[in-house]
Amino acid sequence: MTALNLTNVCKSFGSVEVLKDINLTVEEGEFVVFVGPSGCGKSTLLRVIAGLEDATKGTVNIGGTVVNSIPPAKRGIAMVFQSYALYPHLSVRDNMALCLKQEKQPKLVIEERVNKAVRMLDLGAYIDRRPSDLSGGQRQRVAIGRAIVREPKLFLFDEPLSNLDAALRMNTRIEIAELHRTLSASMIYVTHDQTEAMTLADKIVVLRDGRVEQVGSPMELYNNPANQFVAGFLGSPAMNFLTKAPLSIPKNGALGIRPEHLRATKGGRIKGTVTHVERLGGDTNLLVSTAQQEALTVRIFGQDGTRVGEEIELDFDDHAAFAFDHEKQRVFAGHG
Amino acid sequence: MNAARQNRFNTVAAHGALILYTLIALFPVFVIVINSFKTRKAIFREPLALPNADSFSLIGYETVLKQGDFFLYFQNSMIVTVGSLFLILLFGAMAAFALAEYRFKGNLVMGLYLALGIMIPIRIGTVAILEMMVQTGLVNTLWALILVYTAQGLPLAVFILSEFMRQVSDDLKNAGRIDGLSEYRIFFRLVLPLVRPAMATVAVFNMIPIWNDLWFPLILAPAEEVKTLTLGSQVFIGQFVTDWNAVLSALSLAILPVMALYVIFSRQLIRGITSGAVK
Repeated sequence: MTALNLTNVCKSFGSVEVLKDINLTVEEGEFVVFVGPSGCGKSTLLRVIAGLEDATKGTVNIGGTVVNSIPPAKRGIAMVFQSYALYPHLSVRDNMALCLKQEKQPKLVIEERVNKAVRMLDLGAYIDRRPSDLSGGQRQRVAIGRAIVREPKLFLFDEPLSNLDAALRMNTRIEIAELHRTLSASMIYVTHDQTEAMTLADKIVVLRDGRVEQVGSPMELYNNPANQFVAGFLGSPAMNFLTKAPLSIPKNGALGIRPEHLRATKGGRIKGTVTHVERLGGDTNLLVSTAQQEALTVRIFGQDGTRVGEEIELDFDDHAAFAFDHEKQRVFAGHG
Repeated sequence: MNAARQNRFNTVAAHGALILYTLIALFPVFVIVINSFKTRKAIFREPLALPNADSFSLIGYETVLKQGDFFLYFQNSMIVTVGSLFLILLFGAMAAFALAEYRFKGNLVMGLYLALGIMIPIRIGTVAILEMMVQTGLVNTLWALILVYTAQGLPLAVFILSEFMRQVSDDLKNAGRIDGLSEYRIFFRLVLPLVRPAMATVAVFNMIPIWNDLWFPLILAPAEEVKTLTLGSQVFIGQFVTDWNAVLSALSLAILPVMALYVIFSRQLIRGITSGAVK
């Protein structure tokens, strides 16, 4: 069964089109990540699914029911917000229990579900505290707990890790992944962070300017980007695009090479000067200005002694490079 | 060291300015209160002297309590002020929430229309208001005053509160919607507590003019049983003879309830500010 089916969903605010003809299917138990730069419409799409915004056109189908005219509370969804959005006047327990009380669930069921969520998220020590007495990470766990107790058909996460610091972000990311394994529920997760997208997703949906650019598993998108935008958006450091390439490329097109696919070799096809070196311990990033005055990033695994100002010669395997035409679409070898 | 000295100087200067301002602001009140405890002759002989054994007299208070029904006037003023404030805050906050939260046709026009009242003094419409009150039979009732004061206070309330409502996190309201709270519960339970400091500001802004107003009580509710305190005090001010003892005593008494209300609201104000600071 499909957890979510979007058909031709459009959304405009006044004359501004924010979402343009979105078609998407989320299978039962799938973890789908919407990713894209800010302003690409990913949060709006999530709100349309949640029912906080109405779609201007198209249908939203959750778990086999068209929900276009069903209020958010009755859609069988739960949502976790970036700013946690906990009720400031309620304790942790009441924050979690509120939605069940609204649904008029019997007391025993409420008790049981809240306790289950508390155990799962290790919130036992804070159960009677107010949100203002909790740290950011704890608040986000309460917000996740509030979603869990509803036992929804579909979880919606709206950039849940953006307000956390780096270390906590990684921990919470792992917790969310574990949660997904334990609950095997369908989840939709919005982020602008491509690391979160790559690490969490079964399926990534790359959005730009209100359109779906590409849908696929993280490795599919990494190995087979459909266009220059997707290629540049996923992967860190970002892919290099050369317009004056040593290979034949379409007119006004570009050649894309990932930083990790470049290597320093005597007699390599790209010549340049190192302008900056970033030493991360595990790997080293070289910023190189080519002889054609184009900027390149080279990722070398391990530690490297290259110094700023050194001349460098780089090479790559042809099959690891991508060609893009003047409309920034991918061109496959033999076609271009 | 230098920075510390600089700091202390600033603190002293700031406190000095504030104390000076407080003294200037409180001086008239102080004069009224001390003179209300003096004999008539002493008031005129030495207006700035404190009451002593010789000049001390409660004659003013006695007159006030004997003549006219001052407790009734108090009660009337209190009912009108509290009633108006309640309605201003309730409807002002509701309108502000609607303007801030919902997208609908004419949202902006409606906001401007409601804000127009800030610029046009309500007293311009006194004649029309009086006619309306006569026709609805509300003349000489407290309702007439409450309704007029509510109308008078709403524009500013809507204007201030809608600005604050916009700052309340959308996520919080949306979380409430997803949890199945009704819009009324979102408004009363989630949004109102968060804009409490703004509500207190609006209440304080509106309270004093309502309590002190003479114009509308005189025109709309001059009857004995609905007189407000300010109107009631006027009996002691004659064209030729003014009973200063009584006037000063009445004014001193009139300060008390409004001060009590102010304390209540300013507590809210401070609580609102600090709860934000320590979060």
